[in-house]
Amino acid sequence: MTAPTDDADQLESVDNLGASQILRRGIAASPELRDGLVATVFMGLAVAVGRLTVPIIIQLALDIDPAEDGSVNAPAIVTMAAVALAVIGLAAVVGWWTQRRLVERAEEAIANLRVRAFNHIHRLSVADHNDTKRGVLVSRVTSDAEALARFAQWGLFSWTINPALILGILVVLAVYSWQLALVAIVAYAPVVPVLTKIQKRQIIAYDNYRTRVGDMLSSFSEVVMGAAVIRAYGAERRARRDIHDTIDRRYSARMVTNRYMALVFVVGDAFGALAFVSVLSAGLWQREAWGLEPGVLVACLFLTTMLNGPIADLAETMDQTQTAAAGWRKILNLLDHPVDVIEPEDGTHLASGPVEISADGVNFAYRDSDALVLDDVHIVIPAGTKVAVVGETGSGKTTFAKLLCRLADPTGGRILLNGVDLRQVAPESRMSSVRMVPQDGFLFDATVGENVSFGAVGEQSDEAIAGAFEALDLGWWLKKLPDGVASEVGERGENLSVGERQLVALARAQLADPGLLVLDEATSAVDPETDQALTHALRRLAEGRTLVSIAHRLATAEAADLVLVFDQGRLVEHGSHETLVDAGGIYSGLHRAWIGNTRTDEQTV
Amino acid sequence: MVEQSVVRGGMRLVRELVALHPVPFAVAVTGSALYAAATVGSTIVLGRVTDRVLYPTFELGEIPDGSLPLAVLAVLAVTVLRISGVVTRRYFAGMTSERSQRSLRHRLTEQYLDLPLAWHHRTPTGRLLAHADNDTEVTTELLHPLPFSLGVAFLALFSSISLLIIDVWLALVAFLIFPALTGLNQVYSRRVEGPSALVQASVGVVSSTAHESFDGALVVKTLGRADAEGERFGTAAHKLRANRVVVGYIRAVFESIMDALPSIGIVLVVVFGTFRIDAGAITRGDLVQVAALFTVLALPMRVLGFFLEMMPPSVVSRRRLQTVFDEEAPPPVADAVHLPSGPLSLRVTELDYSYGQAPPDLLDDGRNSHDGAPVGPVLSGVSFQVAPGEVVALVGSTGSGKSTLCHLLSGLIPPTGGAVEIGGQPVGRIPDAERTEAVSLVFQESFLFADTLRANIDLNGDADEAELQWASSVAQVDGFVADLPHGFDTVVGERGVTLSGGQRQRVALARALIRRPRLLLLDDATSAVDPKVEQRILTALRSTPGGGLEPPTSLIVAQRVSTIKLADRVLYLADGSVVGDGPHEQLLDEHVGYAALVRAYETANQ
Repeated sequence: MTAPTDDADQLESVDNLGASQILRRGIAASPELRDGLVATVFMGLAVAVGRLTVPIIIQLALDIDPAEDGSVNAPAIVTMAAVALAVIGLAAVVGWWTQRRLVERAEEAIANLRVRAFNHIHRLSVADHNDTKRGVLVSRVTSDAEALARFAQWGLFSWTINPALILGILVVLAVYSWQLALVAIVAYAPVVPVLTKIQKRQIIAYDNYRTRVGDMLSSFSEVVMGAAVIRAYGAERRARRDIHDTIDRRYSARMVTNRYMALVFVVGDAFGALAFVSVLSAGLWQREAWGLEPGVLVACLFLTTMLNGPIADLAETMDQTQTAAAGWRKILNLLDHPVDVIEPEDGTHLASGPVEISADGVNFAYRDSDALVLDDVHIVIPAGTKVAVVGETGSGKTTFAKLLCRLADPTGGRILLNGVDLRQVAPESRMSSVRMVPQDGFLFDATVGENVSFGAVGEQSDEAIAGAFEALDLGWWLKKLPDGVASEVGERGENLSVGERQLVALARAQLADPGLLVLDEATSAVDPETDQALTHALRRLAEGRTLVSIAHRLATAEAADLVLVFDQGRLVEHGSHETLVDAGGIYSGLHRAWIGNTRTDEQTV
Repeated sequence: MVEQSVVRGGMRLVRELVALHPVPFAVAVTGSALYAAATVGSTIVLGRVTDRVLYPTFELGEIPDGSLPLAVLAVLAVTVLRISGVVTRRYFAGMTSERSQRSLRHRLTEQYLDLPLAWHHRTPTGRLLAHADNDTEVTTELLHPLPFSLGVAFLALFSSISLLIIDVWLALVAFLIFPALTGLNQVYSRRVEGPSALVQASVGVVSSTAHESFDGALVVKTLGRADAEGERFGTAAHKLRANRVVVGYIRAVFESIMDALPSIGIVLVVVFGTFRIDAGAITRGDLVQVAALFTVLALPMRVLGFFLEMMPPSVVSRRRLQTVFDEEAPPPVADAVHLPSGPLSLRVTELDYSYGQAPPDLLDDGRNSHDGAPVGPVLSGVSFQVAPGEVVALVGSTGSGKSTLCHLLSGLIPPTGGAVEIGGQPVGRIPDAERTEAVSLVFQESFLFADTLRANIDLNGDADEAELQWASSVAQVDGFVADLPHGFDTVVGERGVTLSGGQRQRVALARALIRRPRLLLLDDATSAVDPKVEQRILTALRSTPGGGLEPPTSLIVAQRVSTIKLADRVLYLADGSVVGDGPHEQLLDEHVGYAALVRAYETANQ
């Protein structure tokens, strides 16, 4: 199976075989489309019938026998016209109705697919959720789904109407004269290989064009985001050259695709003219052998000309169709991506109060990778212990903490909370007993109060929320806000500083009253005032709970009951701060580096 | 609703864009006229072939001499003309549109480069990127269907003539059907405009909901909010679906009628035509010709509709671009002054600064505004002096105005009041090139170009290898560069190697040092650098750069006590003013706030 985030996957073109597979898988994933298929067939038929009335009525009018007195057979003509108008009208009504159905079904299928993809992404483990992959995941429910939606507005109708029309034209043609139908088909046939060939080049041209657009957009962002650097360093000349170059290169690449756009449309027309003269010549030569009437031949010429439209239309839709098919396949692949963390049917509930942790031979490796991020970790952490996990970037300390919250499952061994395998703990119980406070303190675009009560069971009163802040001695901070609990935090919490966002995250944890608190310490600079508030609030929050901190600071490790030192995925040292400093191992090395750099000789004031 | 003002705006826009690239546009219109003539021509050929070749063959029992080759030739000739017309029109219409787009982008980005930093600061990044990308595209999209739409006029003219020549009565049927098609088009454009705007808006909501939700994926997971998030996204997705279905319903009505009308016209033509043939007024070929004309006219009528549909968004996008074009870049300094040689002094007198408000955005959805930005005074009455060669630390809590002060000192933004003098000269009167050569500001957020490390450090491309090595060793860049696959030629950023925050800051520092600045401003420029490495960098900064140069005058925004202690003197900034000025120990004694701040830094950094 291909991972949904595979980069090569995005560039691959969709061949015809792939297209039919996508269609099968796509319909299996969206049952609404089955009903839509019926609508598709009827809509195609309706439009084809409506349009085919034209050559038929021309033939009938031309070949109709005159009345007995040699004048025009008025009743027959009028009857014929009335029937034709009725058929056209009926076809229009059926076409209108089925198009409505088709729109409903297609839009419903896209919306449901989008929502399913969205839900699936949230169910994927954090291993699939890192920063580089996030943009790709977002595009599954945005640009890929939008490509499908655009297709549903144009390409879908093209594919609904045109094949039916081509088929209808050929059928009527064959009914008039199967020989002429054959002539038309033979004359038209080369259009398929020619168009395929052009299309292949077109795809390459489009790929190149998209790359150039990417270059241009990144030079735009350099001029905008780098405005200060450009001005401070007088680098305008260089920026100017870059940006004008990328704009010009995009233009040139665009003009190459434009050439194909201009060509593709007329290929059908050219072969149409050949088919027209072939049908005309063959029809005249063989009129007696094939039993042709003049009106029939005129109708056949009309029908041959009518083939141009649908062929040109389909050729035009090709590019859009490919984009949509690629988008569809990416979404379907995403849905096939297995969910690692599967919640137990009838899980165990953990008792409230501090939690005991036991890691029993825990291994972890990312999918598609043999490298162990965690390698045979054994440790028992008694309930109520304050633990600091230290180690360099990539040592596995963060992964260890994430496994404790079941953001992913170990690939080997197990983690027990109060003696229960974490995989057997009921999700509600886990959510309330284990709380992670992530580093970035992400907030949703809502009020402070709403952000605090997210994740808590049931509706929370303003008093309860304010109480959570009070319990952490943060009441003063809440009072500082313009609207208190009801203050809006803005998109991603941008109205608050990084440190303040963490305060909110701590209050959120306090409200949930977990037995195990997992804290990812912030590395980014927090202003000192907030920092002190954070340190104090955290101390209050940790009271009476097991606390596991991913420590970036010396002070945290110093204050911990137990320090776990990770190195290259292995738990290499554990013990109290003092023991480890004296042991002269990795930790004491880290400790020396810390001390050497940040502590001043004299303590101030 | 396509309002009169929009139509007028659309016409003005068309005139403006066409004037930029009149030649390709004229060629495209010519192609369109050729297409119209050949299209009408092909129906005439069909009618004549019916009369002169087809019927005579059946009536005489043999193909009249030489008539078939002539017919074949005529068919092929009109086809070649029609194809040439289509290719010319499509290619050159694309060229007109793309060239206008290119011109607008050049003009826009020139503005981006020319306008002062203060303008960039008050204009949201997202808006500037949207102007350059989406708005220019939407503005010029209008030109794509335009030549074809103009071709419709030719088509209407040529077909009317050919119809009137054949028969007035048949022409009458056409004159009933085609205006109906055009009218229908207008009704459709008007009907679909509102719902289409709703669709666009809900696409935006879906996208921003997904972005926010996935950015907070970890929080969503740890709080068990996946279901609630799914519901929130589902609401947005289904709102979008409902809006799209409304548009789809309108289109279903329109398409069905548009599809049926020409067919109805042909049936009427056939009925009338049969009687007219009987009356001897027209031939069978004439009837076939009119019927054929009806089948080819339907599509061009719809293109006119596309053009009308595109007009409102194009006009709105063009107006957005105008907000940038209307800004005027400051004129070059008239009474220029020049800097002395050697390290530069700094003198700041009664400096005030307050941020202006962001300019209102046309049709802004409200998500781009700088709501959180401070509007009140950031600095007020700041005065101090720095002697040439002195190293001064600037200390203050978050939001005290340190970054703003650095920007003002470097001359990147003009003060609201007061004066900054560098080397004894007012900063505003030093020519840009001279100022940027002498003064280097290293920012808190290090910005790297998607280019090689060499190009990122040597922005002007005029430093030699020795200078690169020297700057890199002082900024402690050389160590990690040696480990990169292509050394200094490694491409960084997008599609290149990603550097850590500390590494990026060191590259930014090397970029400043390689210019041998005489005034160096470090705005918390080593915050992400390992403290031990930072010490090495700052110590090296005070040493002689060699080549007979003296170390620069330096102003360093500091967060670490070790950094502060390296300075000769400390400026303590609080609430937008300098409240303390002197050696570190002296400030510790004199200012409780300073002592508390420094102590807090110590705890924070442990």
